[in-house]
Amino acid sequence: MGIFTLVPFADVLKRSFFHGMSREFAGFENYISVLGNEAFRLAAFNTFRFVVLCVPALMLISLLLSVILSLCKFGADFFKTTMLVPMALPAASVAFLWRAMFHKNGLINRLLIFMGIGAIDFMNTDMAFYILTVCYIWKNSGYDMVLWTASLSNISSSLYEAASVDGAGHIRQFFFITLPGLKQDFFIIGILSLINSFKVFREAYLVGGSYPHTSMYMLQHLFNNWFASLEMEKLCAGSVMVAFVIFLLILLLKRVLKEE
Amino acid sequence: MKKFFNINIIILAVFSLFVWLPLAMIAGGSFMSGDEFQESLSPVFEEGDSENMAKWNIIPKYPTLRPYVEVLIDSPGFFVMFWNTCKIVFPVLAGQLLICVPAAWGFARYDFRFKNTLLLLYMVLMLMPFQVTMVSNYLVLDRLKLINTHMGIILPAVFSTFPVFIMYSFFRSVPISMIEAAEIDGAGELEIFIYIGLPMGAPGIVSIIVLGFMEYWSIIEPPLIFLKDKSLWPLSLFMPDIASGSGGLYLAASVLMIIPSMLVFLFGKKYLEKGIRAAGLKE
Repeated sequence: MGIFTLVPFADVLKRSFFHGMSREFAGFENYISVLGNEAFRLAAFNTFRFVVLCVPALMLISLLLSVILSLCKFGADFFKTTMLVPMALPAASVAFLWRAMFHKNGLINRLLIFMGIGAIDFMNTDMAFYILTVCYIWKNSGYDMVLWTASLSNISSSLYEAASVDGAGHIRQFFFITLPGLKQDFFIIGILSLINSFKVFREAYLVGGSYPHTSMYMLQHLFNNWFASLEMEKLCAGSVMVAFVIFLLILLLKRVLKEE
Repeated sequence: MKKFFNINIIILAVFSLFVWLPLAMIAGGSFMSGDEFQESLSPVFEEGDSENMAKWNIIPKYPTLRPYVEVLIDSPGFFVMFWNTCKIVFPVLAGQLLICVPAAWGFARYDFRFKNTLLLLYMVLMLMPFQVTMVSNYLVLDRLKLINTHMGIILPAVFSTFPVFIMYSFFRSVPISMIEAAEIDGAGELEIFIYIGLPMGAPGIVSIIVLGFMEYWSIIEPPLIFLKDKSLWPLSLFMPDIASGSGGLYLAASVLMIIPSMLVFLFGKKYLEKGIRAAGLKE
């Protein structure tokens, strides 16, 4: 059994070893040049903005959905399935639909013109970023909803009964029982949402290619482009920094939640 | 209370519409003839400015099976890519079962030094976007001479950490007393794993397969980076040259690609939920 645990561990070691080696090879100069790089700043800013906006939005929306769903007397199973369906859709199909919908001559604009609002060039303005956000929430709300539902089911129903005997309404019950009850799962759901937020690159890439509109130019695009142009030292320095930031983020989140 | 309930239903219904409408569009659109596709959607895919707006009839004006015939019979490329996808997905799943399940068992069953550190390390690795580990992956694969082979995609995926996490939480729910009872009866480590661990972890194994299938069925980044030879590309990178008039094929191909994923999803839905939940339980 030890061997089986060691095999993945060896892989882990190997990976970390290679990160370390590239750092030694490159020295700190690369870090400085990467930090000064305009494309890196743009991409890091976009990625940061995306994560900060998306992850809480997704968590909130899916939490509301799962609360609504838990109040549903019938049809809950149907809606649950429905919300998980986007997970099973291949990224390429999503990207195709996206293009048909949000292109300058696309379906949404047709509707907007019909309603007398006038066309918006979604893909070549800052709107592109928000469409990416919507796409992410659309795709992942089912996943998060299942997590929240599991978390909700851990809250004992006697608490709710006691509260309604004391005369607390639905809203009050939500804030004083549901939210505190969910606290312990915030961390892990946040982490899983974060993982999925990196995967949105698939759609972004299939829609926008290597150089999409600047508002959705992510670190992933940048890394891909660096890779394509064989700028290894930048890539390594960038990777190490991102890895470091993610590591810090996890430690920070863990600490914050433990203190509570 | 009654009113509140109705609002909930409306919210859910709107959400469902957002899900089912696109699906209906893809399914319906796949029966469009090449000409109709061109007429309806060329404004979106043409280069340069076009005055026309795109349209999309969910039920095509002249439904036809031609796109399917063309994809299935007249385009060998589709089959090659379909097989490429299979050649990646199934070995990955098999490999993950072979590696991740025993690894998770080891984590759940034994206490050893640095176990928590190792788990944290796993979690960090799980979080890394592909682009961050891309270089190290590339260097390793290059040394093993696996660049531009399917093996180069499969191997890193087999050692991914996410399935380990899922199995870990499934195995941790195996009652200790059960294992102790088996030990008293003289069962060896391997026997305990096979006769207690595996059956108890069966739902977890199914959920790994379901989640893994959906993940690797639409794998994008690794093949894009590590496979230089386009004849090795999987179906997820299938993008026919829409401008040249073969766009009608695309939707039919999409439907054919969605079907396996949907089937796995529908049959494995129960386990999928379990798997998602297991990932969220603890640590």
